[in-house]
Amino acid sequence: MLISRLLDHEKGGWAFLAVLLAAIVVVPIANLLIPEDSVFHLSTYMVTLLGKYLCYALLAIALDLVWGYCGILSLGHGAFFALGGYAMGMYLMRQVGSRGVYGHPELPDFMVFLDWDSLPWYWLGFDQFWFAMLMVMLVPGLLAFVFGWLAFRSRVSGVYLSIMTQALTYALMLAFFRNEMGFGGNNGLTDFKDILGSSLQTDFTRIVLFVSSAVALAAGYLLCRYIVTSKLGRVVTAVRDAEARTRFIGYRVEFYQVWIFTVSAVIAGIAGALYVPQVGIINPSEFQPLNSIELVVWVALGGRGTLYGAALGAGLVNYVKTILTGALPEIWLFVLGTLFVVVTVFLPKGVVGVWHQLRSRGTHD
Amino acid sequence: MVLSLACLLTLSVSADDAFTTAVNGLKTRSFADKYVAASQIAATSHPRADVVLNALLSGNLFTQRRSDLVVIATSLDKKGYRLIDAISGESLGEVGRRGAKKISVNNGLRRQLRGLIAGRQLSHEDSRLRLEAVEAIASSGDKALRSVLINRRLVEQQVAVREAIDIALVVFDLDVDDNLIRLAAIKASSDNLHPTVRVKLTNIANDQSVSTDVRSAASEALVNLETLSKRYQMVETFFFGLSLGSILVLAAIGLSITFGVMGVINMAHGELIMIGAYTTYVVQILFPGAIEYSLLIAVPAAFCVSGLVGIVIERSVIQFLYGRPLETLLATFGVSLILQQAVRSLFSPLNRTVLTPQWMSGSLEIAQGLSITYNRFYIFFFALLVFAALLLILQRTRLGLEVRAVTQNRSMAKAMGIRSTRVDIMTFGLGAGIAGVAGVALSQLTNVGPNLGQGYIVDSFMVVVFGGVGNLWGTLVAGLSLGVVNKFIEPAAGAVMAKILVLVFIILFIQKRPRGLFPQKGRAVED
Amino acid sequence: MYKQMMKLFLLVLVTASSSWVSAADTIKVGVLHSLSGTMAISETTLKDTILMMVKEQNAAGGLLGKQLEAVVVDPASNWPLFAEKARELIAKEKVDVMFGCWTSVSRKSVLPVVEELNGLLFYPVQYEGEESSKNVFYTGAAPNQQAIPAVDYLMNDIGAQRWVLAGTDYVYPRTTNKILEAYLKAKGVKNEDIMISYTPFGHSDWQSIVSDIKKFGSAGKKTAVVSTVNGDANVPFYKELGNQGISAEDIPVIAFSVGEEELSGFDTAPLVGHLAAWNYFMSVDAEVNDEFIDGWLDFIDDDDRVSNDPMEAHYIGFKMWVEAVNKAGTTDSNAVQDAIIGVAVPNLSGGIATMMPNHHITKPVLIGEIQSDGQFDIVWQSSGSVPGDAWSDFLPGSKDITADWQAPLACGNYNVKTGQCSGQNYE
Repeated sequence: MLISRLLDHEKGGWAFLAVLLAAIVVVPIANLLIPEDSVFHLSTYMVTLLGKYLCYALLAIALDLVWGYCGILSLGHGAFFALGGYAMGMYLMRQVGSRGVYGHPELPDFMVFLDWDSLPWYWLGFDQFWFAMLMVMLVPGLLAFVFGWLAFRSRVSGVYLSIMTQALTYALMLAFFRNEMGFGGNNGLTDFKDILGSSLQTDFTRIVLFVSSAVALAAGYLLCRYIVTSKLGRVVTAVRDAEARTRFIGYRVEFYQVWIFTVSAVIAGIAGALYVPQVGIINPSEFQPLNSIELVVWVALGGRGTLYGAALGAGLVNYVKTILTGALPEIWLFVLGTLFVVVTVFLPKGVVGVWHQLRSRGTHD
Repeated sequence: MVLSLACLLTLSVSADDAFTTAVNGLKTRSFADKYVAASQIAATSHPRADVVLNALLSGNLFTQRRSDLVVIATSLDKKGYRLIDAISGESLGEVGRRGAKKISVNNGLRRQLRGLIAGRQLSHEDSRLRLEAVEAIASSGDKALRSVLINRRLVEQQVAVREAIDIALVVFDLDVDDNLIRLAAIKASSDNLHPTVRVKLTNIANDQSVSTDVRSAASEALVNLETLSKRYQMVETFFFGLSLGSILVLAAIGLSITFGVMGVINMAHGELIMIGAYTTYVVQILFPGAIEYSLLIAVPAAFCVSGLVGIVIERSVIQFLYGRPLETLLATFGVSLILQQAVRSLFSPLNRTVLTPQWMSGSLEIAQGLSITYNRFYIFFFALLVFAALLLILQRTRLGLEVRAVTQNRSMAKAMGIRSTRVDIMTFGLGAGIAGVAGVALSQLTNVGPNLGQGYIVDSFMVVVFGGVGNLWGTLVAGLSLGVVNKFIEPAAGAVMAKILVLVFIILFIQKRPRGLFPQKGRAVED
Repeated sequence: MYKQMMKLFLLVLVTASSSWVSAADTIKVGVLHSLSGTMAISETTLKDTILMMVKEQNAAGGLLGKQLEAVVVDPASNWPLFAEKARELIAKEKVDVMFGCWTSVSRKSVLPVVEELNGLLFYPVQYEGEESSKNVFYTGAAPNQQAIPAVDYLMNDIGAQRWVLAGTDYVYPRTTNKILEAYLKAKGVKNEDIMISYTPFGHSDWQSIVSDIKKFGSAGKKTAVVSTVNGDANVPFYKELGNQGISAEDIPVIAFSVGEEELSGFDTAPLVGHLAAWNYFMSVDAEVNDEFIDGWLDFIDDDDRVSNDPMEAHYIGFKMWVEAVNKAGTTDSNAVQDAIIGVAVPNLSGGIATMMPNHHITKPVLIGEIQSDGQFDIVWQSSGSVPGDAWSDFLPGSKDITADWQAPLACGNYNVKTGQCSGQNYE
């Protein structure tokens, strides 16, 4: 069927989907059904942690789509992630209703505090879940479309494009820091209560969010596979490998680039939307250029141009980070920094590349 | 009560006793009473009066805990103090950190003390000290000292000092009740942008008890001052912009070598700047006696240290990545994390104090009310100097020739016998060294801490890309113009919006000219 | 290469898992302060302070007959990571109490976690107020313990009539300036005599703003600057002030976020005479302070280090927690929450700090002038201790709200007009 066509000759992809499926089944059982004192119990702490990794993995896949297959190195994908997150955060803020600290029926606390007397126009509609979800996709998508259309049409490419995407996320960060923008300034949006009527603090909601993230990751992966295995994907790969030649053959290169860039931004936005209810806060530091660079490192570390490798890289780096910030708080940056250097210099194809190499060596023996 | 008793005593007993009583009077907690005691000290002719007043002003006057004597203390490196009896001048030996307690001084008292000391200094034989004294009196605004100035005017021989006294007297005259003197003073100060003058003029203009012609003269003078300061403001904003721009240029110019010429996206560039700033700190620690020259030593030192670190980075990481520019970004990102944490463990995460030499502090007064701060003034020229030196190296030296050859066509250059490895090392070292030099300049403006570099890395890339990769002139023009544009937007839009607008402008500009202001020409461009 | 990588990973896993094996029967103290990233500059010292307190407590026989064990994590100045690490400390490490956070946003990020898991958090930094959580104890100053007395001092003792409120654009300066603006207007200051200016984090180019302040200050009335400029931006701010010739005698700047530790990174010469308002200075003349400083210099093994206000807040918070645990006879969160209200311990300025029912503490207010040696000379001191007010009386939204965690009210957000307790996350 469709899936098997998409994953033709992709053993890693099959394994990846299998792991996701296993997680979807095992994690809820281990968290909700197995009693707390059992060794097999999975703590809520681990569930939120894993959920967070899944969102990062989805984001990494989105980046890998443009970087690994289209050759566009975006240093601003964190911006699309954060915009999706903000859209979700706005919905969650509206759900708080009159339960804020000042007890205002409509306005979030920070607006009451800034003496605003009514909701600004761009907050309207976010009390509806469907509208918020639409915006989660539409806002990053639209921004990516406009930015991409301007950039690709005038053939901004390579390093120039990378630096421009960095400028984009930097400008957005500065803008969202401003309290006048109406997005909570430096504190961002926080103190969420519930989503679709169920409290964010219950284990059940967390499991639902976890499962949605896993499903979204699987769907995102398959969508990207669909794109890269289609004819469009082939053209895009051709653009990556020889842009001028593709152009001379007669393809409107910029159309393909804009299209892929936009899809990727939408996926990043969805990842952000799933991330926010699980970590409980969205604020402008997500727009930091450094975050976006780190994201690129995840993809490179996992293995660029394989999709599942990007997801693996995201999970790996963040897992290492989680452990080291607890276990070696004073020196974890050394370890992380060295890891980045070593991987780039010695493992240009990332962890997945090493795996392939080892296996091919194994078959030769 | 005690004080009035002290006053009575001064009449009857000898000058020495008056001095002793007054010095002991400083032990009170009330700042007003301290002032009374200090002015009594100033009124005596005791030979140690100047020493005591100066010690009080500079915060070196203590009381010894054990004996409750007033003492002058020299700090022994946080371990304790060496004490001298304030009254007799005898040494009292050393005490521990808690052996002495400071006699505190506040702003008001400090200003009054300056006036008192200046009053005594006004008859000093050194004319420079007399000039300083006149200025100190003028800015102390202490009306009691007006008569001191007038008396001095009568006997002063030096013309320069007499003129200074005249200007100072005008400021005092603004407060005199006589309308004629006042009007003359107002007229004389209608182009004087000194803040005290403005304060006084505004007070006169708003004071209902003053006669109308004086008030209208004052408001007229104020209008005059306003137009004058508006004009200066434009000049000032332009300079602010140039100064901001020169900092951008300094930060970016090393990058325009490594990034523009070699194609290495060096994310550790900011950390190389930081290392330069820390080198300045270390130089000041190593030569504590030579703060005035520390920057001159620090510039070559920082160039070498950052350059060496750069060469190490090049040899250990970047040499494996030539031709893969985007991957240099990832590896150097890792390097930047390591360098940051290394500095954090080596120097602690706290900011380090880098002292400003005397010649870098204060401001250069171009006209009354228009002044340029020295540090920014020097840094502007320093940026131009660095730029010129770099241009010279690239255009006029053998190394520069080789660098340009390798950039344009690596294999052809190799075929011509250029050792490209050596050129790579030298070029990267040069770019890194320049970053270190920029760090020396930044240490005079901002925090020296592990995060110093991060604040400049994004801006630096913007400048290089806006100017056109591989073009030094582009970097210069881009940096300066972005600085000036930023500063002219800032008053209207605020600091944050100005920055956002500049970024949006760059993004749109790159759409129009995808290769920056001054694009590189020729075949080498098309990768 | 692959083998080396594996070894590295194994090493990481081993070190990590060793910390999972908890030592038997100790009381765990979580330390949630950034050791890397932008906030490391301020927070590292606070981590060391808690380590010192733990060591001293253990040397004095521990607590409830058990030894204390500090669990240190690094939230790396990353706000979502603060929430994750807080959950790790409470749920995985099972700490009995946490000392941590510096920025408001990190506290806001941690808040839902400590409330959900019913943990205890001691927050040591002066902050904007407008909050009182069941699980958080605010040992830093609320605005009424710092900002308002400072303005009173400038108004009465310095004679300031024109005001510049300069701050970094985030919630603490916004709130403080809003409270101050309302307060100044209530005192009869006119609108045109107040200038408010916000700058971004880490702002380094102060030329235009300082020049504006200079102009604003030459309008004929004594002008003072109330600065809520945050950490990193301060050095360039003061440098620019000094260079443009604004001395403390002309236009004094009173800062709420500049203490001894920040000054240790400054060239203080041009700053002499500028002011700061805190609840503790290292130069406080008290025996208990001398002891604390000696202990601290001994612990950190560096005579150049300084002590500061947030350190004192942690000192008080730690002592209060120890008292409360002793009083309750257990480290159970609910029992400690009940026991700690009313607990009084000596502070470092020779007075007594008491935990109020609104989870804030009583503090004296001190105003100091910067000296050339990086210390402060205390020029004004409140006559007694001021209790912290969680909800400001000068903000229209919060003047009717009170916090009282004692029965029967047991609410951090009680509106006396409507009789409602809102904004709570627990039953």
